[in-house]
Amino acid sequence: MSAGVQQSPRPFASSRKSGNRLKNNLFTGLVWTVGICTIIFIIGLLFLILEKGMPKLSIDFLLGLPDEIMEGGGIGPALFNSFYVLIISLVISIPLGMAAGIYLSEFAPDNKFIGFLRVCVEGLASVPSIIFGLFGIVLFVEAFDIGLTIIGGAVSLAFLNLPVLTRVTEEAIRAVPQEMKHASFALGGTHLQTIRRVLIPVALNGIITGICLVAGRAFGESAVIILTAGVTTSGVMWDFNLLSPGETLAVHLWYVQSEAIVPDAVEIAEKSAAVLVFIVLLINLLFRIPLWLNARKMR
Amino acid sequence: MSAPASAAATELGTSLKTSSGKTFGRRARLAFYNRTFKAICVVCAVFVCIILFSILFLMGRTGILTFEYVSPMEFFFSTEWVPENEQYGAFIFIFGTFALTALTMLIAMPISILIAVFLAEVTPPWLRAVLRPVLDLLVGIPSVVYGFLGMTLLIPLLRDVTGTTMGDGLLAAAIVLTIMVLPTISRISDDAITAVPKKYRDASYALGGTRFQTTFKVVLPAARSGIMYAGILGMARAIGETMAVVMVIGNTPQLANSLLKPTSVLTSNIVMQIANVPFDSTWNYALYLMGFLLLVISLLMIVLIRFMQRKGVQR
Repeated sequence: MSAGVQQSPRPFASSRKSGNRLKNNLFTGLVWTVGICTIIFIIGLLFLILEKGMPKLSIDFLLGLPDEIMEGGGIGPALFNSFYVLIISLVISIPLGMAAGIYLSEFAPDNKFIGFLRVCVEGLASVPSIIFGLFGIVLFVEAFDIGLTIIGGAVSLAFLNLPVLTRVTEEAIRAVPQEMKHASFALGGTHLQTIRRVLIPVALNGIITGICLVAGRAFGESAVIILTAGVTTSGVMWDFNLLSPGETLAVHLWYVQSEAIVPDAVEIAEKSAAVLVFIVLLINLLFRIPLWLNARKMR
Repeated sequence: MSAPASAAATELGTSLKTSSGKTFGRRARLAFYNRTFKAICVVCAVFVCIILFSILFLMGRTGILTFEYVSPMEFFFSTEWVPENEQYGAFIFIFGTFALTALTMLIAMPISILIAVFLAEVTPPWLRAVLRPVLDLLVGIPSVVYGFLGMTLLIPLLRDVTGTTMGDGLLAAAIVLTIMVLPTISRISDDAITAVPKKYRDASYALGGTRFQTTFKVVLPAARSGIMYAGILGMARAIGETMAVVMVIGNTPQLANSLLKPTSVLTSNIVMQIANVPFDSTWNYALYLMGFLLLVISLLMIVLIRFMQRKGVQR
């Protein structure tokens, strides 16, 4: 193509060249504008949320009880439930998911069934969360007949997290260079020692990224919680009872915004949204700081 | 990917393990730990398996019960969704889901590809080092927050701009979903573009290509399968998104023949109605069938991705 340009008479060559340069400049300009504008736009939206809600926050609001009719309700139980449900779901899903991931990457035979299983895990990792909510209803509301509860919500969330964690662990461990594994075997390490001392530490970066992704997702998840834990709280702070209804902060935000009749619903929604965004960002940052430090040390 | 290599390594591991299997002391203990650990892993894997298959099974079984009362023709092609009247035509919701996804991808794909090109090809390294983690953080923002933004900012704006009374509908939902899937699609496409070997670019520049030509004729075609993967992943997210859509779509069972008409999609209809129906009713079965439909659609997409990846590897 460029050879053609060189052979053709000069005027054409220069006009083509300048045309190309113009196109190139236009393209560069377009990419810069779209890239910067979109990213600033999305970040701006989040800042708007934080800016609207954060200054009005108070301890009373964070720990106070919600009110159906009067102004000045807080989000205490919902906030508490968010963390409670998150922790229970992580406690269930992390060991199970990691062990299954280790099995798939280290022990599983390489046959058709395991291949099928991998497709299933991968598929369920991106299945709509509402499916897990429906499954939670079948399991807890119908089969166990315990109604909408914290434990139902937490276990359904754990199921939602399981495929993601399994996949992330498997991929992180597979990405560990074979030389490291062989070196450990050559030093006489058993398979368990190799996994514990070599594979998991090296793969930890990927696994923790996966866990924080999952934790953030679980904290903000609302469809599953609405279906399995309901849209009400027990109305008491620090309620550790697993069988009480477990509305979380994300659900509360939706509920206040679209269903509630409290006069200050808008303000509650703004503040809840700010708290929600702030905590999700915090979860992501807190989990990643050790990784950054670790990466710096390794370098 | 590295299946034969890891298989060989597994063999190596087992052979070492059996060779150290003396029946006394430290070795016996290590062998015991090894076996226990493996057993635990197997049990967990089986458990995960059982959960996954029981989800598939239960959703399918409950959904299929619908067809005892409603003919498949009616369910898939009738637009009459009046459960109080025993009319269960889900066409509105199926159409809504597909229309919404298509509209979302139509807006999101070009912008995401531009952002990905921006991140991978154009930005100076320091800006890239800042923007990539920021985008990663944006992926994790809860959908309910985007729904809240759509409800409080976008819908009043749409009302002003278009002069309609409601503002809810496909357009609002598609814009909210676009903002939601943008970070996901652009980050994965960005990775795909970055993974294109540098020598391709060098060759193009050496032939006198401008950046515009290099990007569109060399880099993007080379990263095509990765970008498709990102697109399908974004699509899966858009199809399954519930709360953000519920808040801006209007939740009215009417066919969306205009962008600004309140309508309903599969996910939003399920979540709005499931709480009020008794479990053993046709209504409930129909909702489960809609859920099963979502499940099948998203599983098909994953199979599609797998298929594409295999093709990509072979080439």
